[in-house]
Amino acid sequence: MELLIITAFITAVSFIVNRKKTIIGIKKGFIRFITIIPALLLMLVLTSFALALLPQDIFARFLGGDNPWLAALMGLVGGSVAVMPGFIAFPLGGILREQGVLYMVIAAFTSSLMMVGVVTFPVEKQFFGIRFALFRNLFGLIISALVALAMGFAFGELLP
Amino acid sequence: MKKGKLLTWVLILLSLVYILISLFLDWETGKEAGEFLKKNVIEMIAILPCAFILIGLFESWVKRETVEKHLGEGAGWKSYLWVFLLGGITLGPMLVALPVASALWKKGAALSVIIAYLGASAVCRIPMTIFEASYLGIPFTLVRYLTAIPLVLVSALMMGRALKGKMP
Repeated sequence: MELLIITAFITAVSFIVNRKKTIIGIKKGFIRFITIIPALLLMLVLTSFALALLPQDIFARFLGGDNPWLAALMGLVGGSVAVMPGFIAFPLGGILREQGVLYMVIAAFTSSLMMVGVVTFPVEKQFFGIRFALFRNLFGLIISALVALAMGFAFGELLP
Repeated sequence: MKKGKLLTWVLILLSLVYILISLFLDWETGKEAGEFLKKNVIEMIAILPCAFILIGLFESWVKRETVEKHLGEGAGWKSYLWVFLLGGITLGPMLVALPVASALWKKGAALSVIIAYLGASAVCRIPMTIFEASYLGIPFTLVRYLTAIPLVLVSALMMGRALKGKMP
């Protein structure tokens, strides 16, 4: 909703200042949007089937295990393949925390959720090529793992 | 390239046909996938057209020289400061950040700078940070920032160097 208001406002100002540039800009944006539609649709279809196939309580089941390393690994994998907006992910993180899930596991999940995108991969590949997409996601995964590790130490979950 | 596009469309069509058949034959998985797809598409329709209009306006208003000067090769450390600020105010998921990064890149921003932008938009988007801090506590956010930001910078520099001249 905020985005809609901001867009409308900026477009209106732009239109008042320079009509031609605004029309060219909207056209450019439109063409860009059209070119990613196939990749986007594929992503949406894949996500929808993944959501339909997975049971609802899968997160709590996998992230709450006794072995912190395994749980964190699950968090990384889950965050990498999942797609959900922050306003769902963080409340979920809060719920998981109340159920006793470790901070490092939650961090592994939320961080890889934001930095690694298995399902957005087709879109990323479309924009920057496969090499870029592979590298960036790999680095995102490594960074998420290190963030989780730092959480484990910072919150005393990994101390001997 | 063409083969990949064809495969994409074939996969999409097959999935849609599967959902359609599920509606008639009452298959649970297909019906549920259809529900999710509807929700996902509606959500995308709410975000993406706005994002792309803004990106298009950016492209028609901002000169290539301006981007090159501030975000191009040799623009120095300040370029990273800029993209972290830009990443912080980016609205929406990676799906919005990607076309923004692509637009910056086409206008002459350095490769490592746009990688840093993508990282920044994943690490320190302001609306997301507020949610995070309120559900998981400020210490959690602080630890994440302190580890992720330096790592994003290092990885951006490494990737920028590794991919130089190897982009499509």
